[in-house]
Amino acid sequence: MLGDGILKGLVETARNFAGSYVSKERMTTVEYPEERLPLPEAARNFPFLVYDGDDWEKGLRCVACQICEKECPPKCIYIEKSKDKKPDYVGKPQIYPAKFDIDISVCMSCQICVEVCPFEAIKMNTEFELATDDRFAGLLLDRKQLSRSNEYYHQIHPTEASEVDARLAEEKAKVEAKAKAAAEAAAAKAAAAPAVGSPATPAAKPAAPVEAKPAPAAIAAEVAKAPVAATAPAAPKPLPGTGSDGTAPMSAEDKKAAETPAKPDEGEPKAQGEPKE
Amino acid sequence: MSASSIKTEKLAGWNRPPVIESDGEGELLEVAMGPHHPSTHGVFRMDVVLDGERVIKLKPVFGYLHRNHEQLGERQSYLASMPYTDRLDYFCSLTNNWAYALAVEKLVGQAVPERAEYLRVILAELTRIQNHASTIGFLLQEMGASGTPLMYAFREREKILDLFESLTGSRMMCNYMRFGGCRVDASPAWIEATRKVVSGLNSFVDEFENFLMTNEILMARCQGIGVLKPDLAVNAGISGPMLRATGVNYDIRKVDHYGIYDRFKFRVPLGDHGDIYDRYMVRMLEMRESISILNQALKDVPAGPVMDPKAKIRNFRPKAGESYGRIEAPKGELGFYLISDGSPNPYRYRVRPPSLINLTVLEDMCLGSNVADVVLIFGSVDIVLGEVDR
Repeated sequence: MLGDGILKGLVETARNFAGSYVSKERMTTVEYPEERLPLPEAARNFPFLVYDGDDWEKGLRCVACQICEKECPPKCIYIEKSKDKKPDYVGKPQIYPAKFDIDISVCMSCQICVEVCPFEAIKMNTEFELATDDRFAGLLLDRKQLSRSNEYYHQIHPTEASEVDARLAEEKAKVEAKAKAAAEAAAAKAAAAPAVGSPATPAAKPAAPVEAKPAPAAIAAEVAKAPVAATAPAAPKPLPGTGSDGTAPMSAEDKKAAETPAKPDEGEPKAQGEPKE
Repeated sequence: MSASSIKTEKLAGWNRPPVIESDGEGELLEVAMGPHHPSTHGVFRMDVVLDGERVIKLKPVFGYLHRNHEQLGERQSYLASMPYTDRLDYFCSLTNNWAYALAVEKLVGQAVPERAEYLRVILAELTRIQNHASTIGFLLQEMGASGTPLMYAFREREKILDLFESLTGSRMMCNYMRFGGCRVDASPAWIEATRKVVSGLNSFVDEFENFLMTNEILMARCQGIGVLKPDLAVNAGISGPMLRATGVNYDIRKVDHYGIYDRFKFRVPLGDHGDIYDRYMVRMLEMRESISILNQALKDVPAGPVMDPKAKIRNFRPKAGESYGRIEAPKGELGFYLISDGSPNPYRYRVRPPSLINLTVLEDMCLGSNVADVVLIFGSVDIVLGEVDR
């Protein structure tokens, strides 16, 4: 019969219309500014820089390796390396970005910077209400505007963030274990000739146990140049996740470790290393 | 068959455009439809010569959305082109990703883990469903069914886009596939959510079919309009639902068995007349087949890695060579042709966009029909200007 098809369609429309009053499934819109849908955990918008601790400038994980700048498809990241160094999360002195700008009017949220970053320093933010009336300066974010705390990262991507934390802790433990082994070896050597080192120890407190080998006068200069890598984490705080495997081999060297004056300074490896001059 | 006969045969197919004479009464009117025309799905112009209501000449003009896609691909590393492929056909970013990944994987001989293959099939079929649903929605919208069918289609599409977002982080610009797998793994919760959405899709297609398939007005406007002959379609290189609507059985999923499509049972819907209605119906039936593929794929997604551990993300330098990777994208055959000279960026990067090539027969389909039908015929081609202009 002519008109059958139209009637069939109208029945469908009526079902949808009536259904929208009873079924949540058919009522799909929300009244946006008042009502918001929760973002999925994987949501991404523009990148941000993660920092540890409270001070964004000190805790920035980025070491200005410029890999993201190079790999960024639309080339919206601008990095300038610093002249000096600051310790990273394992206490190793690293260059930091003196300038780190992202032009989010160019950025296309592809997440490639996050993928290629070897330091877990850049992650994707989920903020999306970024409208501004200044389309040039307002959308060129500098490193201060880009930096967000690790807690914030945990807030927006909980699963991913805890994975990253676990990975970083593991790496840190590895570095510390290595440094400890090196320190022990050095300490063992130093112990072989303790007489030479003894006058120098009060002068060069933090680096003494490891750097005991070179002539005492040179020690201060050596420390200033900041090869903190070996010294800073020499006496690590055992991390909760990784246990204190280091202690077993150490027991043999306990007495030597005890006689070194390094211990009191090493409480917090990160806070300790200030290699600037 | 001698060379000359091949030539004439080819010419027979290409005997175009069929000249339509004006009836000699009144003047001819030249109209530029577009570039900003609501029915053009973007910025596209049709220079139409009209005799009264009849179209006697039509010239498609495109390039308004040209973004240098291929040149960008040649200037950048292989990985950096991946997010740009999202922006080709922005309705189906995941199939674009797959085609490009396939081309690069062919170039370097990269294997893809089993789980990643399954995820790719699932995502590609979801993409196909949402693309076809919204295409049909737009087509009906242009026909005058203003809003309602499009909104029904978008309601369903939104569910699929939510899945994309929760897996890949973005609704449309997914940037998900990598050379040798996929970027992130799908959680069991995601697979469960996908199963739930897929189980609801059948009733959506039912509803959509009841809604307008037998509608008399729709049939009057679609049947016998914009007919494309199979020989012209083959000669012009048409692919996808447009080709199958003419009755040519050619589906790259069946022909190439790329990925793991040989493991799934599905049929290839074929049309008979090659008119708008057939194109509409082929898409409708393809959604059904996609649902059946999804059901098979979701039944047993194997465990394992989603990324080949040997695959490289950075410092990716394929050996010198060339490759062509193609897939059955929702709009037709999407291919990427790459030539590598051993440097980190391709020497040549070429896209075979189904939208553009399907558009080449627009004039042949439109000649002799009314202006109002031109909009419909154009809508039934299913193009995205991002892919046409690149």
